[in-house]
Amino acid sequence: MTHQIENAAGRMVPTQVNGREVVPYQGVGKFLPQGRKAAPPIRSCAQYPANGNKVAPNLVEALRRAGLSDGMTISSHHHFRDGDLLMPQVFAAAQELGVRDLVWFPTAVFPSQEPLIAHLDSGLIHHIEGSLNGPLGRHASLGKMRGTGVLRSHGGRYRAIQDGDAHVDIAIIAAPAADAFGNCSGVGGRAACGPLGFALADSQYADHVIAVTDTLVPFPCVPWHIQGNYVDQVVVVDQIGDPAKIVSGTTQITKSPDQMLIAEYAARFVREAGIMRDGFSFQAGAGGTSLAFTIFLGAMMRDAKIKARFIRGGSTRYLVELLEQGLCDYILDGQSFDLDGVRSMRDNPRHLPTSPFTSYNYHGKGNFASLLDCVVLGATEIDLDFNANVVSHSDGYLLHGIGGWQDALFSPCTILTVPSFRDRIPVIRDQVTTLCGPGELIDVVVTERGIAINPRRQDLFDALRGTKLPLRTLAELKAEAEAICGGAPQPARVGDQTIAVISWVDGTIIDSVKRVQ
Amino acid sequence: MNTSASAGQRGADARSDCWVLVEKSDAPKIQIKSKVAALYGDAIRATIVATLSALDASDLSVTMEDNGALPFTMMARIEAAVKRLRPENSCTCLPDLNPAAHYSIARTRLRRTRLYLPGNTPKFFVNAGLHKPDAIILDLEDAVSPDEKDTAQILVRNTLRAVNFYGAEKMVRINQLPRGLDDARALSAHGVHTLFIPKVETADEVRALDDVITQSLITNHQSLFLIPIIESARGVLNAFEIASASPRVVALGLGLEDYAKDIGAERTAEGRESLWARSQIVNAARAAGVTPLASVFTDVANGPGLRAFVADARSMGFEGIGCLHPRQVPVAHAAFAPTPDEIENACRIAIAFKQARALGLGVIALNNKMIDAPIVERAHRTIRIARALECLPAEWEPRVRDVE
Repeated sequence: MTHQIENAAGRMVPTQVNGREVVPYQGVGKFLPQGRKAAPPIRSCAQYPANGNKVAPNLVEALRRAGLSDGMTISSHHHFRDGDLLMPQVFAAAQELGVRDLVWFPTAVFPSQEPLIAHLDSGLIHHIEGSLNGPLGRHASLGKMRGTGVLRSHGGRYRAIQDGDAHVDIAIIAAPAADAFGNCSGVGGRAACGPLGFALADSQYADHVIAVTDTLVPFPCVPWHIQGNYVDQVVVVDQIGDPAKIVSGTTQITKSPDQMLIAEYAARFVREAGIMRDGFSFQAGAGGTSLAFTIFLGAMMRDAKIKARFIRGGSTRYLVELLEQGLCDYILDGQSFDLDGVRSMRDNPRHLPTSPFTSYNYHGKGNFASLLDCVVLGATEIDLDFNANVVSHSDGYLLHGIGGWQDALFSPCTILTVPSFRDRIPVIRDQVTTLCGPGELIDVVVTERGIAINPRRQDLFDALRGTKLPLRTLAELKAEAEAICGGAPQPARVGDQTIAVISWVDGTIIDSVKRVQ
Repeated sequence: MNTSASAGQRGADARSDCWVLVEKSDAPKIQIKSKVAALYGDAIRATIVATLSALDASDLSVTMEDNGALPFTMMARIEAAVKRLRPENSCTCLPDLNPAAHYSIARTRLRRTRLYLPGNTPKFFVNAGLHKPDAIILDLEDAVSPDEKDTAQILVRNTLRAVNFYGAEKMVRINQLPRGLDDARALSAHGVHTLFIPKVETADEVRALDDVITQSLITNHQSLFLIPIIESARGVLNAFEIASASPRVVALGLGLEDYAKDIGAERTAEGRESLWARSQIVNAARAAGVTPLASVFTDVANGPGLRAFVADARSMGFEGIGCLHPRQVPVAHAAFAPTPDEIENACRIAIAFKQARALGLGVIALNNKMIDAPIVERAHRTIRIARALECLPAEWEPRVRDVE
């Protein structure tokens, strides 16, 4: 077992992860790495075909030409969400080359990638450095993955590539449409998914970049969300994604009355706190409650004739409606969740693709996240000091990725929307199972049983004076949920073995995840 | 003779519920499979042991499949399984009375919305009151299949004791008599405010129920109200007698599906077939001094339809409807609220009345029209409702003068 040390958040974390020294969390804004950024090897256009045709015959050959060897890191992006059909093909090709102990460095993994567990077991993949969702997270939680998982936010991942925490040997860009030069577009082809921003850092910093598509178009493939000038090779395969699972035809609003109640409270909070005003901005995702929040807030904006300057997506038809009805000037979109989102990005110049670089990168000279007037996010657990967990469940299992969650906490008003309990399991705890976000960045918790404002935000209390919204303390909400659930839960049975670490946006280690007994 | 019995629901859809199998055994043991075992395994075991003990059934083996059931549900499922195995067992295992869940309600409170909750589906219970319906109604009748009537009755009893509905009037729709008499016996002493009696045809049924309740209540101080529902041609003809049959009756309801069938008509959206019945119910209820309540609006996703339904009910004199989905509640409340025009008009009338009285005038006029007593009374009522809904500030009088 590696040495553990208590970090500034009072959490025990290892000082070495996968053989590399790591820095324990020091507090928000405290750790500022020095030096120069990592850089990819120098290449020259003389090394590439003058006619621009970089097409390789197949994945095996492309990986061979890329110099794939034991222990290398292969990266991928998750714009195809649960509809990814490419990474199983990539790892099958790697297997043909007889390599071992690869590190997979995805921007996120999804339940449909469960079959890749076989490669973890066979030794082809040593470990995964990226969000561990669903079955892969369960696998890792039971101590079945060699190596330690490293979970980073989207902005933290960009940072990790830039400061050399993570080195990508071969980047795989799943391109809904591409040309032979390697320009990649996310809005063409059968697997159209919207923007391709999650692949941006990989394209710029990897030693070798392979774009894979099932829709090869003549040069130029536009809009080039990934520029071919970064791309070493292009591979054409039969199918890279399942369109039905990449984007939904139409996004369904939640039918859960409790989620809708939470969303309505959150929207009313934003209105009554004075955040909803002409020219404001917000971010809300496509999850049940976030989507409902957007719908409620949109209706309030319509009634009050208030227009937002910009909204950060995950875009959905509901966000697109706000844009098309003139209730916001711009959508700045990290990923499209439905066909309306893809269409709007393709056709509307006010619907712009963004990347973790523009939105979240910790080594950027500023980023968009802290410009947002408010964000609405979820959480699995929250403690009485507003510290929150977004990756593990109270039983200790690591089941979710961080996504942009940590990065978005830097909004001046971070709102977590959560039920006060899920299936008898209280969400507000004495201590979170895994610390992902420090409470000093979390301003408001909205539940179906009331709204708790962080005591640090006296200004929000002042703004809400005289409100009819049910303002409560976290302690009150916790007590009520525990009374309903039949007492506080017993502690989860976890051991000492660290199966994953949680990186803070700056690269320091904010917490570790233990093996479930 | 059976050696085992089960109760409850299993499978992924049975969220917040559990399935319990009890078996006769020489070496009783407890087996638990729960999605919350890591966090509540010990608590679940303790609940099972305590419940068996209270039921004098510790000699039974228990197998439980749990999908996040809360303790009151778990206790109800165990009790139901034990009683299915041993019908002669007269023990009960009551969850503690939740003090926060026990509040009294006024006879004349608003009953604009009553939110129906299927009586055997616990996942809807704990959050129902958060949506602020005027009443929740735990349904033992149509929402419960005939072979689950026993388990639902126990679950509803435990729910009434344990679940906080946050100020909503706690109603139960009991089964049609005579089975409903047994429901009333089992539930009356456990904090229910109001019993909905389905398919009432005669005043005698209401009186029979009144007797059972009076015998079942622990103390004489407890009030328990009744709302008969008229669902047949005969019931409509007897509506006034039914509404006047007991001082416990606070309102009169109407079930249109069965009524249409009974008179040999199709139920239509515009409701021409039930026009007379609806008028008759309003008239009978008002004559008996109780509140007329309209039926349920079943098209839960149809907001505009719901608004129109409420507007129509309100225009006929009804003061409440039934809701099947919590999101219908705010829409219905908004539709029952007096409009700003109505409120302003009511305020003008009330002020004119006050001024006329101060001047000792016998006749009140407003805009050259004579205002008589019922209009004044209606204006005062509108103001009361508007005040209750906070559509009108407490100091409304000066504001209206400013307008003038």
